[in-house]
Amino acid sequence: MIKETTVGLYRTMVRIRTCEEGFVDPILSKEIRCPVHLCTGQEAVAAGICAALETEDYVFGNHRSHGHFLAKGGRMRELVAEVFCRETGCSRGRGGSMHLIDPSVGMMGSVPIVAGTIALAMGAALSAKIRNDHRVAVSFFGDGATGEGVLCESLNFAALRKLPVIFVCENNLYSTHLPIDEIRVSRKIYELGIPFGELSHRLDGNDVLAVHRAARNAVDLCRRGKGPVFLECLTYRMHGHVGPDDNIQGAHTDIRPPKEIEKWRKKDPIKKLERHILKNKIASRKELAEIHAQAEKEVLDAHCFARNSSFPREEELGLYVYKN
Amino acid sequence: MSTKTRRLTYSLAINEAFHQMMSLDESVILIGQGVKSPWYVGNTAQGLIKKFGAERIIDTPVSENSMTGAAVGAALAGMRAVVVHPRMDFMLYAFDPIVNEAANWSYMSGGRASVPVVFWGVINRGGEQAAQHSQALHAMFSHAPGLKVVMPATPYDAKGLMVAAIKDDNPVVFVDDRWLYDTEGDVPEELYSVPIGKGAIRKEGKDVSLIASSFMVGESLKAASELGKCGIDAEVLDLRTVKPLDVDMILKSVEKTGRAVVVDSGWKTCGLAAEVSAIIAENDIKTLKSPIRRITLPDIPAPAGRSLESNYYVKHPGIVDAVVKLVGAQV
Repeated sequence: MIKETTVGLYRTMVRIRTCEEGFVDPILSKEIRCPVHLCTGQEAVAAGICAALETEDYVFGNHRSHGHFLAKGGRMRELVAEVFCRETGCSRGRGGSMHLIDPSVGMMGSVPIVAGTIALAMGAALSAKIRNDHRVAVSFFGDGATGEGVLCESLNFAALRKLPVIFVCENNLYSTHLPIDEIRVSRKIYELGIPFGELSHRLDGNDVLAVHRAARNAVDLCRRGKGPVFLECLTYRMHGHVGPDDNIQGAHTDIRPPKEIEKWRKKDPIKKLERHILKNKIASRKELAEIHAQAEKEVLDAHCFARNSSFPREEELGLYVYKN
Repeated sequence: MSTKTRRLTYSLAINEAFHQMMSLDESVILIGQGVKSPWYVGNTAQGLIKKFGAERIIDTPVSENSMTGAAVGAALAGMRAVVVHPRMDFMLYAFDPIVNEAANWSYMSGGRASVPVVFWGVINRGGEQAAQHSQALHAMFSHAPGLKVVMPATPYDAKGLMVAAIKDDNPVVFVDDRWLYDTEGDVPEELYSVPIGKGAIRKEGKDVSLIASSFMVGESLKAASELGKCGIDAEVLDLRTVKPLDVDMILKSVEKTGRAVVVDSGWKTCGLAAEVSAIIAENDIKTLKSPIRRITLPDIPAPAGRSLESNYYVKHPGIVDAVVKLVGAQV
């Protein structure tokens, strides 16, 4: 992999992580009130997949989509302003954290209805197939979405029509509060694609280089009419389901064993890539430190932008119900 | 409109809307169960697959949620998609893409994207088909902000409203009634649209307003004809669009006649007739001479057995009886 790509993946993950952690204080102070699902720990999936896409390709997200939005090219100012529910946000303060969109960069939307955008991404792929414009669509969903029937309906139809869609399951082992063993008989989510004849792989979702390689391969297959592809990315969210609460056993959201969290902290995707970069002398410590410093600056700027932006005007409550 | 018209059935009028819109705009696609079947959707899809190919006329597995979602996604990605549910009972599987996704998309994205999709649901009842093959669910969809809902009563409107629904940048639920498919009417050959949100007065009258939609417009016209024989001059309103309602037309008519009877093919509670009644009541019409009446299905699932079925659906004698009771003194 060329240096620019590797460093680019690192930069994207650092931007996402810094942005996510920047939300913690304003959430705790209740400056941010909309539900925020942080993706700290899962950055490699968004970064690795989206780096394999062109601007015109389509991405559909879910409730935990800050990373998808940034990785697909959405502007951090618009993301942060939306989480602050300001008029300058990407959804003009009407959507909040769970409704992120920027069609100009192919970020087609995200919704908190679990599995709600899987069929939509497939429909975008269907339109690409009809127009023969070689675009690819990606659907990001979690392990919880495997409980919804629409996933199997979509896997079937996408395979039937050989649609250029990549189903990306970010398996973070928890469906809200329920551990995966309490929602599924098998942990092997990638096997869902197999009966439909789809190329299905399980990846280390914290290894951004592995995710990116798999994504490039999947995109290439889709562009050549050999889609769809199913990718299960094993990962872990370092925070709890919603907000900065970590859902640690013993706390009031008594769910995850501290040992498990510690195990995954050691698999941190950013640290993992950092070790690879330094070991192979792809970039220097100084260069990486500069990436972190830039990200801090960008986040600060985005928060200033959001705080200086006004809320949507009261009298504009009824705008945008319909397009005129 | 200077154009040639000829007699055409309701179903072929819909078919013509597709032929013309798909020729005009290559982003228009039709997706759903039975579009290549000889019986599923009547002859509404006749000749389409031959002319436009299986890429744009997409027959599907029985996967309403996913297929409807695919239409929504295709619409977000630049197509104008029509998704058909040959029995709208099955459309309940697709409530998520219709109500959660398409209806909300423009609002929750602050107008950054809209969804030009038509959710076409066919009311397909009678013939002892029972509770899950008979339902008229237009009121459920009318409840959700962001959706428009149309219910054409005539072949002219069936074509014109389908064209308008396809051209609209918003999600439109197009509800038709299989009982109308063989009715004939004058339909222009050329492409035209019927404006969404505008009703039509099908018969003028001065004693009572019969406010109806879809199949109930014909029944109301038959009732009006009977009522004329007993000296009651009924006005018949065809709502055409049930969301947004043509409130002006409704209020003007009721102000004039002083009586309102709302006739709907759906259930009573929280139904279309309830909504129309509430609009009339809220507007405090000083000329109102009697209470508003609703003629709807009872709050009972559709039965199978013919003895029950004949007592279930609203037909014109029921409308005549209700109006005569309401206007009673005059007869």
